[in-house]
Amino acid sequence: MSQSTGRVLGVNGNMVSVIVEGDVALNEVGYITVDSDGEEKRLKSEVIRVRGDRAEVQVFEMTRGIGVDDRVEFTGELLAVELGPGLLGRVYDGLQNPLPELAAQCGFFLDRGVYLNALDRKQTWAFAPKVAVGETVERADTLGIVPEGIFEHRIMVPFNRYGSYTVRQIAAAGEYTVDHEIARLADKDGNEIGVTMMFEWPVKRAVDCYAERLKPEDPMVTKVRIIDTFFPVALGGTYCIPGPFGAGKTVLQQITSRNAEVDIVIVAACGERAGEVVETLREFPELTDPRTGRTLMERTVIICNTSSMPVAAREASVYTAVTIAEYYRQMGLNVLLLADSTSRWAQAMREMSGRLEEIPGEEAFPAYLESVIAGFYERAGVVRLRDGGNGSVTIGGTVSPAGGNFEEPVTQATLKVVGAFHGLSRERSDARRYPSIHPLESWSKYRGPIDRGMVEYARDALHRGNEVGQMMKVVGEEGTSLDDYLWYLKSEFTDAVYLQQNAFDAVDAAVDTERQRFAFAMLFTLLTRRLSFAAKEEARSWFAELRQRFIDFNGAKWQGDEFNRLHKEIVSTIEARTAGTEENAEQLVGERG
Amino acid sequence: MRKVYSRIEAIAGNVITVTADDVRYGHLATVTTRYGKSLAEVIRLDGKRVSLQVFAGGRGISTGDEVVFLGHPMQVSFSDNLLGRIFDGRGTPRDAGPPLEDNLIEIGGPSVNPAMRIIPRNMIRTGIPMIDVFNSLVESQKLPIFSVSGEPYNELLSRIAMQAEVDMIILGGMGLKYDDYLYFREVLEEGGAMSRTVFFVHTASDPVVECLLVPDISLAVAEKFALGGKRVLVLLTDMTNFADSMKEIAITMEQVPSNRGYPGDLYSQLASRYEKAVDFEGAGSITILGVTTMPGDDVTHPVPDNTGYITEGQYYLRNGRIEPFGSLSRLKQLVNDKTRDDHRAVMDGMITLYANYRESVEKRSMGFRMSEWDTKLLKYGALFESEMMDLSVNIPLEQALDRGWSILAECFAPAESGLRTELINRFWPSGGSVAPSGSDEGTA
Ligand SMILES: Nc1ncnc2c1ncn2[C@@H]1O[C@H](COP(=O)(O)OP(=O)(O)O)[C@@H](O)[C@H]1O
Ligand SMILES: [Mg+2]
Repeated sequence: MSQSTGRVLGVNGNMVSVIVEGDVALNEVGYITVDSDGEEKRLKSEVIRVRGDRAEVQVFEMTRGIGVDDRVEFTGELLAVELGPGLLGRVYDGLQNPLPELAAQCGFFLDRGVYLNALDRKQTWAFAPKVAVGETVERADTLGIVPEGIFEHRIMVPFNRYGSYTVRQIAAAGEYTVDHEIARLADKDGNEIGVTMMFEWPVKRAVDCYAERLKPEDPMVTKVRIIDTFFPVALGGTYCIPGPFGAGKTVLQQITSRNAEVDIVIVAACGERAGEVVETLREFPELTDPRTGRTLMERTVIICNTSSMPVAAREASVYTAVTIAEYYRQMGLNVLLLADSTSRWAQAMREMSGRLEEIPGEEAFPAYLESVIAGFYERAGVVRLRDGGNGSVTIGGTVSPAGGNFEEPVTQATLKVVGAFHGLSRERSDARRYPSIHPLESWSKYRGPIDRGMVEYARDALHRGNEVGQMMKVVGEEGTSLDDYLWYLKSEFTDAVYLQQNAFDAVDAAVDTERQRFAFAMLFTLLTRRLSFAAKEEARSWFAELRQRFIDFNGAKWQGDEFNRLHKEIVSTIEARTAGTEENAEQLVGERG
Repeated sequence: MRKVYSRIEAIAGNVITVTADDVRYGHLATVTTRYGKSLAEVIRLDGKRVSLQVFAGGRGISTGDEVVFLGHPMQVSFSDNLLGRIFDGRGTPRDAGPPLEDNLIEIGGPSVNPAMRIIPRNMIRTGIPMIDVFNSLVESQKLPIFSVSGEPYNELLSRIAMQAEVDMIILGGMGLKYDDYLYFREVLEEGGAMSRTVFFVHTASDPVVECLLVPDISLAVAEKFALGGKRVLVLLTDMTNFADSMKEIAITMEQVPSNRGYPGDLYSQLASRYEKAVDFEGAGSITILGVTTMPGDDVTHPVPDNTGYITEGQYYLRNGRIEPFGSLSRLKQLVNDKTRDDHRAVMDGMITLYANYRESVEKRSMGFRMSEWDTKLLKYGALFESEMMDLSVNIPLEQALDRGWSILAECFAPAESGLRTELINRFWPSGGSVAPSGSDEGTA
């Protein structure tokens, strides 16, 4: 692409109109030159509409001080991110500007117009070649590898090099910087290109270098019981967490970012509180990842464009995040992208759409809201790579519905495309029933690690108990039969010891699959037993005591002495009360011997 | 000599349009009318057509009035001379003191780099048990009081301001009733706090555009003081008036409203102000305590709703008390583990029991039989409300925790409290050990 220039015609908030000389592309990056206190600043912007020789650009910075006739330089490149070794453990803004490095240069505040390299040009990486001269390669094929922390980082043929190439030269094993040429490739016509360990990819285009897309089947274990057991997420799947403010969306994502059984986590802090990212930022370098024994930060990338940072960059931030996720997927890794909150991203689109004076849809969101949301979640998936291995990107997004009402456009558009819905309930969070995922309204299309039939049985028990609970509000305890009352107690028990989970307890905070199976089997036993009680009062205190033990059991170290003791006690307590099997469970229990 | 434009082409609400050269976005101009001079800010450039928002409002502006561009954005004078002074939303004195023009700083500056933030760590004690015990306020927190109009929110705000251990106070008043303005002044003067206070006050009768400037001007000044090492408490009352001013301007500008007339960027606008709350490592801090009145007591109204998504919790003021339900300090867990060993347990335990009390009240109102346990809860709830929740209670945290224990002891057997045995042995008033309880419900 050629590099055009232009002049500012008008300014409206963070949208600037430009008259362009030469060609310009949609999503092309341009820089507006502005005089700021006698200092010249170049403000990064992106073309979002073109009409004749007039282009509208969204500016990723404060637009104060821009004047008519200010010079605009277009780059000929689309908004892109740098891909290469050295992304892990980094903290970037929505445009991949490294924030700690920016702080080192500018101090407390985010100065306008300062853009630093996303990848360190000085750091060297121990490169080992994986191809020989004469071999034929295509985009995304591995040329060599470098160790990046715990991972084998593949140095690949840049994704934008379409067609096939012959390797003419390949660097010997050794230490190189990311911009060092490590290979020369020749296309069919013999034209040679040099390849380094880094390249760029436009963020708004999905990385499509794979053999085939597969159906998400394997569970992505979050170690949150209610999710893994009742509303599981699959590797390569998508899920959303809508909920009113204070219901626990962010805490749930923070827990997941720590405990999820995936290789890499990309945290996209999109338009919400800066303080919440700081917790991750400061704590991850100190926390050990039980899977690897290294710090959590080594498997994490943080994209941080919080609420007071420029809105246009917020819009870009989720794309920056998903592009980095796709890049690591190409190495055969399982990547989890957590975006908090996708509503802020949608609002960024709404702000821009308003300035463009587009015809508004519901709640003034643009008419294309649905398709853009769908397009974003579509970038999740499991893929079979050309080398036969699999990689995946899983996307989990929070949604912050206006007024906590799920009938609003962003929640609705998201529900149409995701594979699991973890709806947070104000009632449950007010009652401190964390995580406040609603057990009756949430759903998942994925298969989890726990036996389906058993889970369905427990779900029915929850429904039944809930019905009794509702009825009891009207007729009182006096008007409820003992049998119904027991279902109520069983479902309350299930809630207290299984659905609720103490995020701040060292043991209970993260429960792996093995332990979930074990605990769920205990719970299942209780649910399927017909229990004999003389009166409600007796039943209530029996359940209260059992609950206390089960909660202690949840806090006991896996297969330690206390764990074994409590397990025995719970089982024998249940046995002592058993008067048979619930009718509707006979078949299920029978199958299991 | 600056160029004078004397042809105003359009006047709509508070927005005027002129044709002018060499104008920059966000810069200021003066508009001279026969009623006086007003500042105006460039809010849109479209070729040579320049739209300006006139601080004094559009009323009385004539098409022949003069506009002069100043070549800089909105500024405020910053120095220690601000202390003890009272200004309006533009930074012009409301008191008898001289106007300040030295050391001008821009308002609405860039946001803090998240990588430079630190995890908040200092509790701000207020002497109000519903805050100190149940939802501790933390230095650098941003927290609004959610309230229906008519509740004593300004009293609460001024009381916290007087008792909070901070170096200085900045009061940003928006649409403040004149009486309330006088009230704040009186309280701070009587409390001897005026010399460490700066007022930026927009009253209900002042031009609406000036209301929009109040948070920015207050926070710009706060930021400078904080960078100079001061722990600053910024009071913003009432942010709903601020949002309503924004709505008014947006409608004048014919922006498509998103929700009940509010502009689509309401969230971002509020966030860019509230996110100024910060703890500067090696320097001072900004803590923001706001007021958000809820039209129709509706927390899903766009202003409280968007605010709730931005701030780090909220205090619900209802019936003259801070409600334990709905109130939240998201930062409390960062500080309440360092106060006293029983702090968290008392906090959780008393709230759980209070929730049970509310259930009993509901049961009673439905005409269901009250069990022995219900009766205990009813007694507890009444004591909790009068001894803890009542806003007249003014005691240090430690005393409030002790009081919590004595309320529990007066109503329950130790095991019914649901608190851990170890804590009961240490804190239960009679020095009591755990007696066997008659009912299991106590552990609920
Ligand atoms: N799993 C949990 N366990 C304990 N407390 C929680 C949990 N989730 C949320 N909370 C409490 O609720 C508050 C708000 O949670 P947060 O995740 O920030 O809400 P949201 O992001 O939905 O606004 C937290 O500060 C914390 O006090
Ligand atoms: Mg959140």
